[in-house]
Amino acid sequence: MAEKYIARSSEIAARLLGGEMMVMSARDSTFFTLNEVASAIWQAADGRTPLSQIVAGRICQEFDVDRERAQRGADRFVDELSQHGILLVSDQPLMNSSPPREGR
Amino acid sequence: MSLLAEMNQKALNLGLPISVHLDVTYRCNERCVHCYLDHDDHGEMTTEEIADVLAQLAEAGVFFLTLSGGEVLMRRDFFEIVERARQLLFNVKVKTNGVMIHEKEAARLRQLGVEQVQISVYSDRPEVHDAITKLPGSLKRTLRAIRFLKSQGLKVTIANVLMAGNFSDQPGVIALARELGVAYTLDPTITPKMDGDTSILALRIPGSELKQVFHSEELVGNVEEFCAPPPAPGEDVMEGFPCSAGHTACYISPYGDVFPCVQFPLPSGNVRRQKFLDIWRHSPQLKEVRSIRAKDLTVCSACAHVGTCTRCPGLAYMEGNMRGPSTADCEKSFQRTGIPSANMLRRTRAGSTGPLIQIQSLASSLQNHPFSGEDSLLTA
Repeated sequence: MAEKYIARSSEIAARLLGGEMMVMSARDSTFFTLNEVASAIWQAADGRTPLSQIVAGRICQEFDVDRERAQRGADRFVDELSQHGILLVSDQPLMNSSPPREGR
Repeated sequence: MSLLAEMNQKALNLGLPISVHLDVTYRCNERCVHCYLDHDDHGEMTTEEIADVLAQLAEAGVFFLTLSGGEVLMRRDFFEIVERARQLLFNVKVKTNGVMIHEKEAARLRQLGVEQVQISVYSDRPEVHDAITKLPGSLKRTLRAIRFLKSQGLKVTIANVLMAGNFSDQPGVIALARELGVAYTLDPTITPKMDGDTSILALRIPGSELKQVFHSEELVGNVEEFCAPPPAPGEDVMEGFPCSAGHTACYISPYGDVFPCVQFPLPSGNVRRQKFLDIWRHSPQLKEVRSIRAKDLTVCSACAHVGTCTRCPGLAYMEGNMRGPSTADCEKSFQRTGIPSANMLRRTRAGSTGPLIQIQSLASSLQNHPFSGEDSLLTA
């Protein structure tokens, strides 16, 4: 199965609010809040680290969840956000993406 | 409760500023008859000062950033400011008259990921719009800007400030917004000038026309519901806050002055002298604003409208008491429901039937209606 590389779109606004990430698409004004796990994936979406590595290296470690379950959840999350253009997904590293700063 | 309302409530509970309105300049290429600003430059913040403020705002948790003026594009570094703001991942809304926006500027706003642009349009007739802006050809240029912005896929809202001189053109502006495929927001707010001059308040629409607005199905949706008599207020209402000013939102002037709201000129600090978070957390003025509950309001706490009125503490402050009534909002509550406010009854008893002073934004109580464009982040 091909690797997934994920990067944050440049057309979003985002801010951490009390542990939850608020994300809004400038394209269609869709507003999301991400829980702690989703926020961790979001913050790790640098376009260079494979999703499987984010799941294994960060999500499973930080949230004490088994890898298969975490991967399924991460895939669903990535699919949903990519449909709104909030996350960019590729089977190749997205080299031009630089991690934005969402503060707090 | 919507997701956005939940986040506002969370910010309120955490004492975080989720929304800031930053005027980057008071200079303007129009001279609108109702404008409350002094358009001279008295020492605006530099690009670097603004960049520093933006970084502080991001650190403080601000998500919604409105960049306004004056006319924002009078600053040559405006796009640099937007770029810095977007690098910090703010949700950026720009308020402009559009006169200086051409294809290139529209494309840049789109490229930078601005979420929405609000443009003032006073009439669909050039002779009326241009007479208000005092800039010949301004309507033509503004409409051209809207088309450029739309062609870039940007979300555009027409803001229609209502005055006696353009009230009858309001249906024409709605039709124009439809034709252009943009949102429409109505604002009957006329505020005193910054120097205290109240002469422009004479431009306000009279109560009879305000009543007409409130009873327009096109504008308010369900008229019966919107104009229903207020329910008896419960304890939650009496313990509630008047609005988001100073609670989850504030305003910063081009000179770095911090206020609870653009419509609430209570000086609360200056970001050139203090860190934003120090002002937000420790300003005695902001603390005082935050301390006020509905039960503390001198006249309004005994008013039938206390739970549903759009009472603006800033307008009340400009009338002399931030805990007192805002007579413009008394008028709105009266024209909406036909029930006089406690303040109106008091004034009648005292033999005063002086004219009502002004009309403010309909913001919080009108969310999801065509004229819900202001920035209120607390649900009523």
